[in-house]
Amino acid sequence: METLVMNNGMVDVNEDGYLKNPAQWTPELAHGIAKEVNIELTDRHFEVLNWLRAKQAEGVALSIRKVGNSGLVDIKEFYQLFPGGPLKISSKIAGIPKPVSCI
Amino acid sequence: MNDVMEKIQTKPTEAPAKKEKAKVKKVLIICSKGKIEDVYAALVMANGALMEGIEAKMFFTFFGLEAITKKNADHLHTATVGNPAFMPGLPTMLGGLPGFEAFASYMMKKEMDKLDMPHVTEFIQMIDAGGGEIYACKLAADMFHLKKEDFLPEVKGIITVGDMYALADGEGTQIIFI
Repeated sequence: METLVMNNGMVDVNEDGYLKNPAQWTPELAHGIAKEVNIELTDRHFEVLNWLRAKQAEGVALSIRKVGNSGLVDIKEFYQLFPGGPLKISSKIAGIPKPVSCI
Repeated sequence: MNDVMEKIQTKPTEAPAKKEKAKVKKVLIICSKGKIEDVYAALVMANGALMEGIEAKMFFTFFGLEAITKKNADHLHTATVGNPAFMPGLPTMLGGLPGFEAFASYMMKKEMDKLDMPHVTEFIQMIDAGGGEIYACKLAADMFHLKKEDFLPEVKGIITVGDMYALADGEGTQIIFI
């Protein structure tokens, strides 16, 4: 089992670096993962991350379109917040599984 | 003769050059068809590229232009005649009955809705918001008498084939033709 050592803690991640257990997520961990992809997290980022985590916990299959229709952030801003593949990158930072959506 | 063979055999074999795994950095998707399934294939691939952090450009030409006109973008049809994969066994004459194509297209769109697939105009807005660029072909636009104002606002311009190739400039670009 692969583990990610960060902030003196250990969390289990899969081969792509996604957390296996969203419950192990902490905001500090998010900062750590975000640094690896050169993103400095702001409160705005955390609003999106928390929304993603809440939806994932409800069992919603996340897609770019759903994020765009969330009323929280539009697609353009989503791409700006998490450049270079927003849904995957934000999911990784939010500590939820890799999205499987094609849209 | 033997000497020759020896020479051939002793010729050192060149080690295969080690190549870095080259990532796709950009896609140029050319959509030349106006059937709903062809247009969606183009849109899904363009949007999918952006989702992966790959740059995406789209070039619509010929019947593909229908997909980016204000008038018809959300009213594309599938072909129920001359499409053997559509309801195999369906007699061609039935597929040609008035209203059949509209009905089949309606059913297809209903199934797409279930999968959370956006309508064409919304899909194009998503691609635009994600940094994708959408262009219309000048030659085809002239042929169909279409002007800038006939196209959706996300269409960046009506360009020539030369301009289209310029969109594909740079290493790691793939051109996809539909």
